[in-house]
Amino acid sequence: MTEAAKKKVVKAAPKAAKAPVAAKLARAKPKVAVWKFASCDGCQLSLLACEDELLDVVGEIEIAYFLEATTAKIDGPYDISLVEGSITTEHDLHRLRKIRQESKMLITIGACATAGGIQALKNFAKVDDYIRAVYDHPEFIKTLPTSTPIKDHVPVDFELRGCPINKAELLEAISALLNKRTPNIAHTSQCIECKKKGTVCLMVAKGVPCLGPVTHAGCGNLCPSTNRGCFGCFGPSESANGPALAKQLEKLGMTKREIRDFFRSYNAHAAAFRKTSEMYDV
Amino acid sequence: MTEASHTKKKHHCTCHSGEASPMHPRPFKVVKIWKELSDTFSMSLVPEDGQPIAFAPGQFNMLYVFGVGEVPISVSGDPTDLSKLVHTTRAVGNVSRALDALKEGMSVGVRGPFGTVWPLDVAEGKDLVFVAGGIGLAPLRPVIYQAMADRHKYRNLAILYGARTPEDILFDKELQRWKARFDIDVQVTVDRSTGDWAGRVGLVTKLVECGGFDPTNTVAYTCGPEVMMLHVVDSLHKRGVPHERIYLSMERNMKCGVGFCGHCQWGTSFVCRDGPVFRFDTIADDLKVREL
Amino acid sequence: MDEAGLASLITLLTKVGYQPIGPKVRDGAIVYEEIDSLADLPVGFADEQEGGKYRLVAGTKGSFFEYLVGPTSWKRYLFPPTHKLWSAEQKGKGFEIDKTKAEAPAYAFIGVRSCELNAMKIQDKVFGFGREDHEGAGIFSDPNYVARRSKALIIAVNCSRAGKTCFCTSMGGDPHVKEDQGFDLALTEFAPQQTHEFMVEVGSERGRLILELLPYRAVTSHDTDRAASQARKARGEMGRKMPPDIKDVLKRNLDHKRWDDVANRCLSCANCTMVCPTCFCSTVQDSTDLKGEKTERTRTWDSCFSVDFSYIHGGAIRPETKSRYRQWMTHKLSNWYEQYGSSGCVGCGRCITWCPVGIDITEEARVIKSTGK
Repeated sequence: MTEAAKKKVVKAAPKAAKAPVAAKLARAKPKVAVWKFASCDGCQLSLLACEDELLDVVGEIEIAYFLEATTAKIDGPYDISLVEGSITTEHDLHRLRKIRQESKMLITIGACATAGGIQALKNFAKVDDYIRAVYDHPEFIKTLPTSTPIKDHVPVDFELRGCPINKAELLEAISALLNKRTPNIAHTSQCIECKKKGTVCLMVAKGVPCLGPVTHAGCGNLCPSTNRGCFGCFGPSESANGPALAKQLEKLGMTKREIRDFFRSYNAHAAAFRKTSEMYDV
Repeated sequence: MTEASHTKKKHHCTCHSGEASPMHPRPFKVVKIWKELSDTFSMSLVPEDGQPIAFAPGQFNMLYVFGVGEVPISVSGDPTDLSKLVHTTRAVGNVSRALDALKEGMSVGVRGPFGTVWPLDVAEGKDLVFVAGGIGLAPLRPVIYQAMADRHKYRNLAILYGARTPEDILFDKELQRWKARFDIDVQVTVDRSTGDWAGRVGLVTKLVECGGFDPTNTVAYTCGPEVMMLHVVDSLHKRGVPHERIYLSMERNMKCGVGFCGHCQWGTSFVCRDGPVFRFDTIADDLKVREL
Repeated sequence: MDEAGLASLITLLTKVGYQPIGPKVRDGAIVYEEIDSLADLPVGFADEQEGGKYRLVAGTKGSFFEYLVGPTSWKRYLFPPTHKLWSAEQKGKGFEIDKTKAEAPAYAFIGVRSCELNAMKIQDKVFGFGREDHEGAGIFSDPNYVARRSKALIIAVNCSRAGKTCFCTSMGGDPHVKEDQGFDLALTEFAPQQTHEFMVEVGSERGRLILELLPYRAVTSHDTDRAASQARKARGEMGRKMPPDIKDVLKRNLDHKRWDDVANRCLSCANCTMVCPTCFCSTVQDSTDLKGEKTERTRTWDSCFSVDFSYIHGGAIRPETKSRYRQWMTHKLSNWYEQYGSSGCVGCGRCITWCPVGIDITEEARVIKSTGK
């Protein structure tokens, strides 16, 4: 296609509607910002890890703010904000609200942003005990008693799960949003990934404990295809039945405490996992 | 033919779409796109390969927007006019919004036509009543056109239409034109009056209760939200229209259109193939079950 | 036919252009994958199966086919988990669809069980293999399935035993294949106490031609007696049973309280539908490159256990696990008859074995029948 023809197509492209998610964006290079809250930066790095595709991505979007990649900052408003991390301080909460106001679309990336992350373990304990155990001068630490997901505080347009997120899913989400289509991201169980790939079920064939049946698909079948049970990095699937799986884990010989801890890791605060782990709190 | 098709008296179109594989969309050009209501639009399509699609009233097509996806949309145009294919759509999802955003001259992929048809042969010599709610008038419009083209075959024709507000009345001008013909009874009601609306206010079932047709010799077609259709069937039945002379158009998740993908499986039917038009008595039991 | 005969069969099939797919041991189970020679077959393995449990165990020394059905079914090769339907490119204001497809592979399936032949017949009806299209009546065939299916060559194997989750005999099947079940050759393995031999039955003209190219000896009445006694033994070992009138029982019991009970245990993980050799549901995904100039449509396995499966504007028709389990079971065991003229279940037992929590469709059926209307 010639440049002129391309321009014409762009011109003829639809204007932004007042609809949610994909339709919010115009095809002109969208301004994308990447924000960090309480997290390890691993999910942001997934964007940088898109080595082969990174140049294409940069060609299609304008990176307005992305500390891991550049110190340059362009002021809002932003078309897409990718938000990593959970809310653990008052200050972060204010910052988040401002980002939401400046963003047409807000996408949370990773277990911290979507479920509170591993740091949400503090939600199950007394935060002051933690602070005293970790810091020499606890009096300088100002923190909320909980670590909570972004969606508990502001509306979220789309979630990308995982600890860390899968870069293929990130690219798919960006590509879908640029093209105003619904991302091809299923909310079904990890088992579907196993079966499509041909991975033999570890739990059935070897009795290995696995969170796959209650875990959101999307990781690319990482653990089960390398002979390890699923750890639930992607959080609960759409209709996760934690208690039913926990019963089976008991049959496989796990202790109550082991079951509690199994459900209480990267996505400890996600409702379906939290409720199950609390049933096994002894 | 499946067993279901025998027992359910399927009425299918015998026309030919000319498409070798039901999996591949055929490119059509948008020749006109216009707003019907604040969230509803119509588009007129012509085949890029010059091969028109012949459809029968009640059938639907899968409309595809390049790079965005596909949605099932009933044909809303005139079945006797092969020069263009008209669909009327509400922009509620990513694909229908992308359809809405298309400009004249751009392309849409079309797969179809699929599904069963409003069976006009059973209505010959009888009163024919169309009961529609909201956008449900769109899938009925082709059969209204057809019935009016062969006006002599039927006794009384009645269109009973309910919309939420006067602003939501679909094909408003056309309804008024039909009303002016005098050989068809057109009644419109709204759930909620606004502005200077001087017409009826109330549910469409009220129109059924007092519509001018002979219940013992009537065939009725209804299309609209499922709950509305159930009430319409109830009102028709109370007036004496037997269940086997009431037809309705069902909505389920139609994805492939040809009974392979399973998404629209409902009781013993695939709605894409055994429907969307069903004779009420053949699905009455299924309609009673929650979340079937 | 002896072991050497079987070895030559595999070599011959490869030589004439088939890709042999057969049983292989991988990750603690027998799976169906590409095989090159006799050496790939599982030697001396059997399996133990229960609800939610599968274990490979030592079988008769030297045997190839003592195992029973595992997690793979042949649908993987006839109706692949993900499959590109077409691609398209933007051209000016419009687009152009590239319909060229990769040529369908020619598979030779080795070790197809009787229940699996029945499952293929069922999917044949779903996808329209061996049926004329009637466009006017909305009856189409799926070109992808038909292309693969019409090329596939089938070497069946008779079961010498049945497992605890087997119930093919309740579903009108039998451990021993019947002539009209649609195989090319069928083998009955005589366990290698003295000589390791396979009795061969011919199911098609193509099968007969292949057999003529292989070394074999004539079948004796001793052989047929031995095969019959193996089948008898297997018939007697069926570990599960399906009530014969389940079709009508389910129709009467759509509001049974057992649906709530099973929903409490069901993980809604979709394993049962993935391992089922007749489940055929799929969805399509349209993907794009970042520039939005190229797009592709792929078809991928879907399941009635996913929430989006029944999505229409306004929400899912079946938001609850209870209604999704009911949908699966009533479709499989009841509504399938109206749609395809038979049950959708062949009694292979995979959904029982591979359910992570061991939900047993025959037990659910039994309870609904004994406590329902």
